[in-house]
Amino acid sequence: MIYLMLFWEFAKVGLFCVGGGYASMPLIQAAVVDTYHWMNLSEFVDIFTISQMTPGPIGINAATFAGMKIAGIPGAVCATIGFCTPSLILGILLARLFFRYGDIGPIRGILNGLRPAVVALIAAAGISFVVLALWNVETLPSDLRTIDPIGVIILAASLIAVRRKVSVIKLLAASGVAGLLLGLARQMTL
Amino acid sequence: MPQQITVASSCPHFYRKLFQSTFLISAFTVGGGFVIIPLLRAKYVEEYGWLTDKDTLNLVSIAQSMPGVVAVNASIILGYRMAGLRGTLTALAATILPPLITLSIISCAYDWFASNPYVRYALKGMQCGATALIVNVAIDLLQKQLRKKLLFPLAIIAATFTANFIFGINLMLLILIDGILGLLFLRGSQYGK
Repeated sequence: MIYLMLFWEFAKVGLFCVGGGYASMPLIQAAVVDTYHWMNLSEFVDIFTISQMTPGPIGINAATFAGMKIAGIPGAVCATIGFCTPSLILGILLARLFFRYGDIGPIRGILNGLRPAVVALIAAAGISFVVLALWNVETLPSDLRTIDPIGVIILAASLIAVRRKVSVIKLLAASGVAGLLLGLARQMTL
Repeated sequence: MPQQITVASSCPHFYRKLFQSTFLISAFTVGGGFVIIPLLRAKYVEEYGWLTDKDTLNLVSIAQSMPGVVAVNASIILGYRMAGLRGTLTALAATILPPLITLSIISCAYDWFASNPYVRYALKGMQCGATALIVNVAIDLLQKQLRKKLLFPLAIIAATFTANFIFGINLMLLILIDGILGLLFLRGSQYGK
């Protein structure tokens, strides 16, 4: 049953994901973290992180890895195939329409409405990631002083690095090393 | 670039070549999506001559505006153009198999590693790095929309953000509403791109 649910949930993600890999993150997060509680936000951010580092499209990586964590290799297969099914059907349909009429006009209107929506959704996902990075909890705590200094340092440094166009792999490698060193330093001082 | 376009599917070992080239591109491209498209083009148009340049550009623009992942959409549509449904399925399988294999391996290691405190420290650092990446994407996209100075799309951003982040309204419902708004009010060319 879990396999069918994975297929169905990821098919919905594939259908509603407009604008590339990053756009699928808020949708996957809504399904696997918020609705079904298959994993917590921290595990989900790990999936996002690893999807960035491994070769292949980010959206497919995330669907594959999430499916794998939830229900093993069959889960990964179901999630990935589910994710691609809407693309497969729509792709063939649109390709045929395009070769017959040379235009997909009304679809452009829909997409012009969706593009700003995706900006808002990615921003909302980004904020929940920031809260996790800084406070290690999923929703903003009532006592903001519980902020994690390690999170503040690495996030601030990473933001500067990203704005200066440091490559993704270098950034993630460096922030991993920084996390390890700062974590060890804190462990020793406690 | 070959001027004469061969009928792709009549080429000897067509399916094997299609699978092999797409598999390798998917397996070794970090970042995916848009990075994959010039590579597919170089392979299909310039090396094998299975597609024309104009066809490819048109098809890729459809792939980019469809829902789903751009790299997958592109291989589905290009595969369909070259050899119908069989071409599509071959290219699709070759695109999704590499992540499946890589991540099966990484996932075994992940569960084994994640309980280790040192790995947790490193992962915590990498989570912060990945957070910076998504924040950066959000800032870039927002700037792009602000620069266009169009009222309607900006209103959609504000309303969608509030509805989702403050009121927790279902994402897919919001996307449906925004799609309908776009269909009704945003057909004009100034709203494109």
